[in-house]
Amino acid sequence: MNIVVLVKQVPDSGADRNLRNDDNTVDRGSANNVINEMDEYAIEEALKIKEAHGGEVTILTMGPDRATESIRKALSMGPDKAVHVLDDALHGSCAVATSKVLAAALGQLNADLVICGAESTDGRVQVMPHMIAERLGVAALTGARKLTVDGATLTVERQTEEGYEVVTAATPAVVSVWDTINEPRYPSFKGIMAAKKKPVQTLSLADLGVAADEVGFDGATSAVVEHTKRPPRSGGAKITDEGEGGVKLVEFLATEKFV
Amino acid sequence: MSEVLVVVEATKEFGVKKVTLEMLTLARELGTPSAVVLGGAGAAEALSGKLGEYGAEKIYAAEGDEIDGYLVAPKATVLAELVKRVQPAAVLLASAQEGKEIAARLAVKLDNGILTDVVGLDADGTATQVAFAGSTIVKSKVTRGLPLVTVRPNSVTPAPAAATPAIEQLSVSVTDTDKLATVVERVAEQKGSRPELTEAGVVVSGGRGVGNADNFKLVEELADLLGGAVGASRAAVDSGFYPHQFQVGQTGKTVSPQLYVALGISGAIQHRAGMQTSKTIVAVNKDGEAPIFELADFGVVGDLFKIVPQAAEEIRKRK
Repeated sequence: MNIVVLVKQVPDSGADRNLRNDDNTVDRGSANNVINEMDEYAIEEALKIKEAHGGEVTILTMGPDRATESIRKALSMGPDKAVHVLDDALHGSCAVATSKVLAAALGQLNADLVICGAESTDGRVQVMPHMIAERLGVAALTGARKLTVDGATLTVERQTEEGYEVVTAATPAVVSVWDTINEPRYPSFKGIMAAKKKPVQTLSLADLGVAADEVGFDGATSAVVEHTKRPPRSGGAKITDEGEGGVKLVEFLATEKFV
Repeated sequence: MSEVLVVVEATKEFGVKKVTLEMLTLARELGTPSAVVLGGAGAAEALSGKLGEYGAEKIYAAEGDEIDGYLVAPKATVLAELVKRVQPAAVLLASAQEGKEIAARLAVKLDNGILTDVVGLDADGTATQVAFAGSTIVKSKVTRGLPLVTVRPNSVTPAPAAATPAIEQLSVSVTDTDKLATVVERVAEQKGSRPELTEAGVVVSGGRGVGNADNFKLVEELADLLGGAVGASRAAVDSGFYPHQFQVGQTGKTVSPQLYVALGISGAIQHRAGMQTSKTIVAVNKDGEAPIFELADFGVVGDLFKIVPQAAEEIRKRK
């Protein structure tokens, strides 16, 4: 099975994150940039499928130069190769335009199965798998906590607010996964060394047949008008329990009309 | 005034979800709200009373297995046709998994911008969003097409405004491509009558400090006394204390209730990402240096196994 995993480089969600003041995009210059955590689960799932059914795993990333670090990191887990969509004109692209670019790249890769994380930790927008599936005219099985592959038939347990849904489709398809689906492997030393030699193909917008004015700020379908930092919360009263902590807690809740 | 389409979120068990009432309330500021019911046969009829109570002037319905038996795509197709026909002032969906997914497909079909996790929307289409775990407030606008936004639960206070909507059945014309992902089974796992986590006015969450799955009964008891939902930190979920769908945090649900009670939760950034926009935060933790106290409006340092039962008893006394 020819599997493509979508990997996004994001600012580390464990540190302070900001939008840039000059163009309102995510500040990637000052932040520690890492693989979107949920994508590691997508990579793990792809590797498990390859191990069980054979095939090839390709990483697909759209991002600036420095996304190369995340691509090498992803490859060190075990995928065979990577494709990096890299073009200065992409800076400032909205989700709609991003899906156009990724769909164009996927069109060239001929994937049976596209796996991605259910959301990225920076935008948490959750729209990419369905946007791509819509453009490619293939099935989208999203929010999977379990994925079963039986020949060309895919079955997922899709996490919902109420429980889960069992959803099935034939390949080709896009599957997005939550972090409950598996436990991603750590790259081995051998994997890290091997990743340095794995092929990484760079594709420009011209290679994909997408015009520069369809992406970036020119092609954006939405715009950030302004952004402000919310003032940090300040802690209120803190008491140490000396036998009446529970009562005092309820007294506080009563003054706030919760009891 | 132009129509504003509100795509209804509902469950079989509890009916119209609160976020739908919030969207109808918001829609009234922007135009004339029309509810759109995309679901199983008879759904619109069953929901029309509540939708009318909150100001839906009209209900568009597309129902049956053609709509409900497949994942999301048929709903987007029907909605896209409706949008082209009525040219609404805006389209509102819930900022939950399915709402975002329908909106995603709609955005591609119409080549229209999309804004998610919206907590406010002005008449000129300027949306307010909360980004980066609640640390940044963003004002943004759709610049191509109509305002297509997904609204985060607990953003607006629902206000009733009686209307008597007529139901218009939409003719369903979904394509084969819309029917590629078949829903085989829907399984309900949420037990009891607790409100849904993202919609609840009160959330009581337990963390690693709760110790084991059995002890989560304490968390549940306090939640029930306060009429709230139960949440759990990632540490608690990873340790198997509580199911994943109740996880609050960066890789779980984002909640923004009136009251958030954190029991035995240290307040790692992963957790804070999912709850720090709560109106009032209360914490109980044995470690006085735990970062959760930096957020808490009221904190008790001590043993939760003594403090929580005492608090529960005190609430019962006051009832």
